[in-house]
Amino acid sequence: MTLTTRKFDALIVGAGGAGLRAALQLSNAEARVAVVSKVFPTRSHTVAAQGGVNAALANVLPDSWHWHMFDTVKGSDYLGDQDAIEYMCRAAPKVVYELEHFGVPFSRLEEGNIYQRAFGGQSQHFGKEQAARTCAAADRTGHAILHSLYQQNLRAQTHFFDEYFAIDLIKDETGHVLGVVAFDILSGEPIVIEAKTTLIATGGAGQIFRTNTNALSNTGDGMAMALRAGVPLEDMEFVQFHPTGIAGRGMLITEGARGEGGFLINDQGERFMERYAPNAKDLASRDVVSRAIAIEVREGRGCGRNKDHTLLDLRHLGADTIMKKLPGIREVSMTFLGVDPIEAPIPVFPTCHYSMGGIPTNRDGQVVVPVKDTPEDPVPGLYAAGEAACVSVHGANRLGGNSLLDILVFGRAAANHILDFLKDNRQHRPLHQESVDQALARLARWDRKGEGEAVEPLRRELRKVMEDHCGVFRTAEVMQEGVTRLHELRERIDNAVIRDHSRTFNTARVEAMELENLMDCAMATIVSALGREESRGAHSRMDFTDRDDERWLRHSLYSLQDDAMDYKPVRTQPVTVESFPPKERVY
Amino acid sequence: MSLPDTQTRWRCRRGMLENDLLLRAFLEYGYDELDQEGRDAFDRLLGYPDNLLLDLVLGRQQTVDAGIARLVPLIRAAAAARTWE
Ligand SMILES: Cc1cc2nc3c(=O)[nH]c(=O)nc-3n(C[C@H](O)[C@H](O)[C@H](O)COP(=O)(O)OP(=O)(O)OC[C@H]3O[C@@H](n4cnc5c(N)ncnc54)[C@H](O)[C@@H]3O)c2cc1C
Repeated sequence: MTLTTRKFDALIVGAGGAGLRAALQLSNAEARVAVVSKVFPTRSHTVAAQGGVNAALANVLPDSWHWHMFDTVKGSDYLGDQDAIEYMCRAAPKVVYELEHFGVPFSRLEEGNIYQRAFGGQSQHFGKEQAARTCAAADRTGHAILHSLYQQNLRAQTHFFDEYFAIDLIKDETGHVLGVVAFDILSGEPIVIEAKTTLIATGGAGQIFRTNTNALSNTGDGMAMALRAGVPLEDMEFVQFHPTGIAGRGMLITEGARGEGGFLINDQGERFMERYAPNAKDLASRDVVSRAIAIEVREGRGCGRNKDHTLLDLRHLGADTIMKKLPGIREVSMTFLGVDPIEAPIPVFPTCHYSMGGIPTNRDGQVVVPVKDTPEDPVPGLYAAGEAACVSVHGANRLGGNSLLDILVFGRAAANHILDFLKDNRQHRPLHQESVDQALARLARWDRKGEGEAVEPLRRELRKVMEDHCGVFRTAEVMQEGVTRLHELRERIDNAVIRDHSRTFNTARVEAMELENLMDCAMATIVSALGREESRGAHSRMDFTDRDDERWLRHSLYSLQDDAMDYKPVRTQPVTVESFPPKERVY
Repeated sequence: MSLPDTQTRWRCRRGMLENDLLLRAFLEYGYDELDQEGRDAFDRLLGYPDNLLLDLVLGRQQTVDAGIARLVPLIRAAAAARTWE
């Protein structure tokens, strides 16, 4: 069989906001660019973002990039890299105006400026009055950004490999990354895409948890590809959860429901938040509510056949209030559960929303790994941006509206660095056949016939293990058991088989390879979480309840080989301004 | 009964969890019973951007495409009937 090979200057894996923003920058500079995406580009997960994108435009209230920087550092619980955060907050206004220029229809003020909403965690004067920093295109900002960037890329003649699944990076003996091996989901044919530079922009890994808000495609493929290429993942223990997702489905029930007077109950009908937070009760902070729900379930007071969730009761609000003030929540509950909250309470459980960790990069988007004495040595030819990357601007906790900003700013920054790299590296390096063969073997492995477990039940089990052992309730004992169970699962996945061996549109094969990627990301998450013996931002441990800057103001690095942990310092020094030293975080 | 055409199945992979779940439920409960006209309408529906698709299925927007309009209650019924993991 002859293998199809294509060559480009720059290859981008992923067509969400990060990938498309990078591709556009490169195509406009006349580089030969290819974008590979497993789903059609406009079906990338960026389409789901509703809230908006942050930038200190000061259109509604006074604002400055420096205040935005302060909020982001504080939000990160001081784990964010302050050089990258400064860079991002300074670049934000420019990136938003560029979007406007690309055709994103931002909502406007009467006099014509971009309208800005106030979100949690935004302040003026370094922690004082509320700021209004989020720019939105009605409630479909992600959709508008993705569609505009896609159109611009078509115009700039970016080459798209739509519905191609990237299997693995190609890497030579000297450590240069030379592109990827992928396969066409339609025909099943593998392809080698050689490139002088490769950017991973494959999004997050929310699907490692049973209950999550992410699209099914968020399986952490790029993160796992990096791991297999010997790149460690950074800060994977930091996963943002929202307390009330629809149990077993994942989508959010916003705080509005509890704001209107809705309350949580357990299987006894008890309003259990009164025990955990006697004053704030159901309106306590997200992590307190999340943990309370998880504890109720762990201690056997969960509801339903499997006793695996609690209930959010709105019935006492009455039909009128529910229909007038919470119509969206009623609609979602009726559609996905067949439950009308006017008549019955809604099953809820904490839902995973965002992965703060990912592939370690510097603020030019170069993937960096520890080599001998330097904690951050660039991997030649390899870049990462977006939710797949950890640059790290979110540190231990992401602020709403900062993620769309992250993908745009660092998609663009990576592209600019790639252009410089291309000036100095005009030739393709020779292909490394061994690395290609390894990737092809991973694909061929799923042609194996005979006895073996099926993919879907294994995926279900993996997600349940992560929810039970690495969700919002974390102790050494609970996580250690999770690690043991994941090790068993890893072996069972190695022996799994698929029944469908047809070549064309074999989605079973895609799902099987996604399962392998989920496995690697799950292991990275739980091993990192077990390693970090403190509570910081979204990582909260029942057995180490305090933040411990002395020991833990550092980034985690998980490597696939031996599931080993390593650590590197936080970049506390910004580019031009003074550092924000760690303080206790109170809102 | 034949499994849904795999290409259609992959096009049900969307950018939003809500759509993923609605369409997956329909592939399991309902799609197989569609006649050719119904399948063509389903293909047209899959051509819509995610936001619009969700709005149509949740009834926040109406469509003049009678074929798609007929599918909407079927998709909703499938989602409500599905037993979830
Ligand atoms: C419900 C929801 C609402 C949100 N709202 C907001 C908000 O209001 N503001 C905000 O700032 N953030 C928000 N976020 C977060 C934000 O939307 C995401 O972090 C961001 O869109 C990620 O963009 P990305 O470009 O990194 O990846 P994605 O948009 O996820 O794109 C990933 C791309 O990679 C491709 N891909 C993946 N694996 C492979 C593979 N193996 N081979 C080929 N291609 C592959 C996919 O096809 C896709 O094109 C929200 C998230 C959710 C879940």
